Amino acid sequence: MRLNKLTIKELRRLLDKREITPTEILNDIYSQIDRYEDKIKSYITITKDFSYKMAEDAEDHIKNGLMSPLTGIPLAIKDNICTKGILTTCASRILYNFLPPYESTVTEKLLRQKYILVGKTNLDEFAMGSSTENSFFHTTKNPWNMQRVPGGSSGGSAAAVAADECIAALGSDTGGSIRQPASFCGVVGLKPTYGLVSRFGLIAFASSLDQIGPITKDVTDSAMMLNVIAGYDPLDSTSVPIDVPDYVSAIGRDIKGLKIGIPQEFFIEGLDIEVSNTVKEAINKLESIGAIPVDISLPHTAYAVATYYIVATSEASSNLSRYDGVKYGFRASGKDLLEMYMNSRAQGFGDEVKRRIMLGTYALSSGYYDAYYKKAQQIRTLIMQDFKMAFEKVDAIITPTSPTPAFEIGEKTTDPLQMYLSDIFTISVNLAGVPAISIPCGFTQDNLPIGLQIIGRNFDEETIFRVAYAYEQSMDFYKRRAI
Amino acid sequence: MLRLEEVKHIAMLARISLTDQEIQKLSSQLSAVVEYIGKLKEIDTKDVEPTSHVIPINNVFRDDNIRQSLSPQEMLKNAPDSNEGFFIVPKIID
Repeated sequence: MRLNKLTIKELRRLLDKREITPTEILNDIYSQIDRYEDKIKSYITITKDFSYKMAEDAEDHIKNGLMSPLTGIPLAIKDNICTKGILTTCASRILYNFLPPYESTVTEKLLRQKYILVGKTNLDEFAMGSSTENSFFHTTKNPWNMQRVPGGSSGGSAAAVAADECIAALGSDTGGSIRQPASFCGVVGLKPTYGLVSRFGLIAFASSLDQIGPITKDVTDSAMMLNVIAGYDPLDSTSVPIDVPDYVSAIGRDIKGLKIGIPQEFFIEGLDIEVSNTVKEAINKLESIGAIPVDISLPHTAYAVATYYIVATSEASSNLSRYDGVKYGFRASGKDLLEMYMNSRAQGFGDEVKRRIMLGTYALSSGYYDAYYKKAQQIRTLIMQDFKMAFEKVDAIITPTSPTPAFEIGEKTTDPLQMYLSDIFTISVNLAGVPAISIPCGFTQDNLPIGLQIIGRNFDEETIFRVAYAYEQSMDFYKRRAI
Repeated sequence: MLRLEEVKHIAMLARISLTDQEIQKLSSQLSAVVEYIGKLKEIDTKDVEPTSHVIPINNVFRDDNIRQSLSPQEMLKNAPDSNEGFFIVPKIID
């Protein structure tokens, strides 16, 4: 039995019965990494020596009967989440040597449970992109087909989980950056409700949209991970003080009589025919196990991408002004302070990051603010109202996660707008703040995974897990492995 | 259409130095995106409140207590250049 192929839940049982040790799990993880990482390149940094030290710590904990759900479980962390003293680059040259002086709240919570860090995963620079092709370091390959992208921006985390190079991972999602790569890599990715998971220590991209969430092999593991990372944090002023339920207990309840909304605006021209057919079959399946499909409308869906590219780039242009070659990271030379700033940013940021900073600066600049930023925030209100009205009629909304399966490496790099449109089904969820999951719902004829998106009400991750688990267990897509 | 002069102006505001070639390329790429974004004008947003926060939470305050924070030494560790507790930058005043 190769332990790296198992889920958190399966490993937990074996660990607690003392049939296996954390070090044995890690041995299998690293033999997988030795075999495949050269081809897939999920990671920017692999922390092997530290991992084995953490495994020993976890082992002591288990021996003393002090285990928590994630004790001794090897996880991968997206490289825009700060880990104290461990290189955190955001896949950018401008942070190529950054050693965070503090630990993010999410990884602090994992540390308290004695998890094992395998490494820091690749992403599009500053999480800006949908393919990991914008990483300063390298492009990650899709474990199902090495000519294809793994999606992005959390492509390294999704690929590492799909390739069994870790047991589960953390990603971040600003416009689909957890769900779209999960969909492309045939794994489960959750974007929690805005405010449910602390972003303290997450390197900011667009602060009104960013959320951290888990990428896992199945729905149960997703709930187990959320149980640990969710909850109020005084260090994040957008963190919402609410009681967090036990998400694992939501799993296994049937979905009889649950109303699932099917928004007509998501089944449109440009939607790949295999994706469309597969998602429709999944809806039929949900109906056959008790859900009631209801046709709904989210009328402002067609404006979500345009709204997003104003809101996200405006916030990014502000957030990324801190990279000036003074406090940390890369510095270029210059004859005076201004030239040093301008050269450091020119050489430190990649093309896509510069493009977005420029677009955001334009949208916020004098004379354009009302026409762009304010207008976008008003349309955002209408998008939120769309969801609010829909959720008066239904308990969850079902859509495809992405309009296509994983595209080819290089296919969309020359046309930024085409790349932006690949997030068309995930973006409105971030604008509205609501939670959503992507789970595997089938494969194309070429054996590429297809993802199903389940969207819920604010702070109702329980219903999402309930629907996702019922569907998952009625099919066996989650058992298929990429390698 | 974003004119080259506009792109140069924005680059200065954003503190990014660009080559002439990059300015050309950004002018056409940004123009395409700005044109696409222009579709928002189709919607009448008169009397629509702009979203400031998706979850209704108000100003967040903490108690004004002194707490341990990171030391200057730790904060300077990542600096490209520092000396005696200060960040070093190119000369500002002649």
